[in-house]
Amino acid sequence: MQHEEILHRCFRCGYCKLPGDYSDINCPAYLRYRFESFSPGGRMWLIRAWLDGAVEADERLQEVLFSCATCNNCVEHCIFPKFKDQILQAFIAAKEKMVEQGSLPPPVRDYLTTLYKHGNPYKMPQKKRGDWAADLGVEKYANQAYLFYIGDVGSFDERGVQIARSAAKLLGRLGASFGILAAREGPDGNEARALGETELFRHLAEQNIKVFKELGVEKMITLSPHGYNAFKNDYPELGGRFQVFHYTHLLISLLTGTGISEQPDSGPSRRVTYHDPCYLGRHNQDYETVRQILGLLPGIELVEMGRCKADALCCGGGGGNFFTDLVCSGPETSARVRVREAADTGAEILVTACPMCTVMLEDAVKSQNLEDRIQVRELSELVTEAVFNTGRYHGHI
Amino acid sequence: MGIYSSLVEIVGKDRVSNSAADLYLYSRDSGAQPPGRADYVVLPKTAEEVQKIVRLAGSEDIPITPLGGGLALSALVVPQRGGIVLDMKRMDRILEVDEMNRYAVIEAGVSQGALREYLKKNHPRLQHSTPEAPPTATVTANTLIQGHGHISPRYGVNSDMIGGMEVVLPTGEITRIGSCALDRKWFTRGPMPELAGLFVGWYGTTGIVTKISIKLFPKPAFREVMVFQTDDIDLLPEAIFEVMYLDLAEDFFLITQEKPDWMNHAFLVVIVSGHFKEEIDFKKKVYKDLFKQFKGRKTIQFVEDLHPAIEKRFLDVPPLAALAADFRQGGGFQYTGAILPIDKVPEAWRKGIEIAHRYGMICSYVHQVLLGNSIMFGFNYSFNRADETDIEKAQMALADSNRVTLELGGMIWKGEKPAQQMVLEKMDPNTAELIKRVKGLLDPKGIMNPGNWERE
Repeated sequence: MQHEEILHRCFRCGYCKLPGDYSDINCPAYLRYRFESFSPGGRMWLIRAWLDGAVEADERLQEVLFSCATCNNCVEHCIFPKFKDQILQAFIAAKEKMVEQGSLPPPVRDYLTTLYKHGNPYKMPQKKRGDWAADLGVEKYANQAYLFYIGDVGSFDERGVQIARSAAKLLGRLGASFGILAAREGPDGNEARALGETELFRHLAEQNIKVFKELGVEKMITLSPHGYNAFKNDYPELGGRFQVFHYTHLLISLLTGTGISEQPDSGPSRRVTYHDPCYLGRHNQDYETVRQILGLLPGIELVEMGRCKADALCCGGGGGNFFTDLVCSGPETSARVRVREAADTGAEILVTACPMCTVMLEDAVKSQNLEDRIQVRELSELVTEAVFNTGRYHGHI
Repeated sequence: MGIYSSLVEIVGKDRVSNSAADLYLYSRDSGAQPPGRADYVVLPKTAEEVQKIVRLAGSEDIPITPLGGGLALSALVVPQRGGIVLDMKRMDRILEVDEMNRYAVIEAGVSQGALREYLKKNHPRLQHSTPEAPPTATVTANTLIQGHGHISPRYGVNSDMIGGMEVVLPTGEITRIGSCALDRKWFTRGPMPELAGLFVGWYGTTGIVTKISIKLFPKPAFREVMVFQTDDIDLLPEAIFEVMYLDLAEDFFLITQEKPDWMNHAFLVVIVSGHFKEEIDFKKKVYKDLFKQFKGRKTIQFVEDLHPAIEKRFLDVPPLAALAADFRQGGGFQYTGAILPIDKVPEAWRKGIEIAHRYGMICSYVHQVLLGNSIMFGFNYSFNRADETDIEKAQMALADSNRVTLELGGMIWKGEKPAQQMVLEKMDPNTAELIKRVKGLLDPKGIMNPGNWERE
């Protein structure tokens, strides 16, 4: 197994399950289960035990491995510089080995099977991929400046579709030149890779790369940080080298210079707190773009949660958990803890820049009965509200 | 009803496991000792749940082992005879901080990091004594194993800082000790018979502590590291005496490391603190003057250009002490925590180097002076967990340093089972008998973390 040589070097000191100030638990799987087995250190030891034949790949060990939300908190906070960068890759390699053996929790097996069979986890026909944009007048990609890649959640999830529409409309109103793939778009494969289904990931990536190349794509923006991560970090080694951006990177350049931040501000500000998506933040070190955008918006006051940026508590949706639900049930899921933390800031809006995070956090707000205190918005929705819907902006965008 | 089903009934199915993966992990720790055997792992949330579990263990006659952060490294809470491991970390509430009376009441699973950060945010003028351990170490377990922290040279070992406790006895009663037994305040554990002594240093063999009150101390605004250096080991006892006699240090270590060369000296690391800049400047001047005049001058020198790594190592609380586990690229670390009289430091220093070399290791020391009466002399051994020979060498080195500790008249802090055997063998037979009787009185069925503090 790849990275096997680092497993025994873990001391299980536990920094990996904490944020930088050590104040609380910052590992979604450990937070949900609270058995040491589900901490990154416990997982390291158990993978080694499994490879040594001391434990079997039974149901529990499968749960231990596949509940990892791949949030990268362990990599961020491990104190051992000589091997910390390989920790998450070791977990993925172990999952890969389990996939090869067919040792999978049923929800993971179902997700991967559906993804393979249907080309999306929603069992939707491929021809419906572009339906989210049916009445928006969004063009198909044909040499516009950017390909706008939407992904599975934005294409098929009810809430995800709202977000895709919001982002597309906003970019359109701001004059961005982009097109979409609609029925030619395939899954980015980020979650398949995180779940250790490397061959499926490769298959999906090669299909996408082929389409991108056929269409002459050079620059692309993504709706989801998950797709952004796959295209930016994993596609190049398969020959897919493109200029990849998250849509917020284009958004900030469109907003900068419009003069919106110079608008005379009247009326009370709305307090907003920002949840850093792991695949934008810890995985790709972008903590500032969204904060800069929020700083441009009239009538918005940003208040930070205690855990933010590299210390942000993951919503629990990464690593396929958005679809497989392994760490998403029970009172102490990270999404529920996260929305309580957000509400405690006094913010009335919890904004994020990822369709998966949005859905996870919105569900958590409902289950925690916090709807009266805080609402969840995806960034494009908040920007649209702040710029176009409040009557505060009088410019000429 | 079977034991598993009974445990599920008490804490819920998500908080009990008898799966092979969980049992594997809870049957070992990060030190060099052989694994034990857990049959069930249970994560209680309340003292009442602990009470029910203890009563169940009593009625079923199965062992029960309480676990905090699991970082003692000497397998103190690795179950030796099967049974239930109680992972206490879900009991993680900070229940009260009484700022005026300077104490915090916490549940047994509160970590060092969580309490430290809570105080920093909410009571920034106060601090607790944080040990040289990762922040995941629990405050309660550390006090119960007579741990010490970064202000121990000034205020004493952490077990002395307990102001009260709630304990589930092996027979199931929930008992309070200290002022909290009389009233709602948890400010002191006496005057009354020293019942806390029935649970401090016993490694969970006499009861399960579910809450403690821990004393809080002033947190000065200024804190600095001063380092002095010598190659004359025989000067160390007198130097320690003088530093402690002046009574101006917050923390005080002796360190050395054979590699790299610049570390291959004896360093006296004195941490001074003060509420005022003038105060800390005065303390620094006093210590500099002390060693300028010490024993005919220049025998112990002030280190002017302190390496930033040393400064960071001792200014950060908690420090990244766990880094020693990767010295041999193997994730293993254990030490003999020798509690020695100060005058035995030179002999221990030399013997420790001999032991390290005997097993092909380089010597690396971090010793903390405890008040003026003793020193925690760490015979440290990093090892490679993937190499059985390396593990055996670490075990033999530990055995040798345990023997040296006892030969020098010292005591062994949180010793592993073989170390406990050595201590019991050397101990006055009446003392050993008293330990046995107290255990038998409190835990007549012998279900509490068996294998500790008992002769084989």
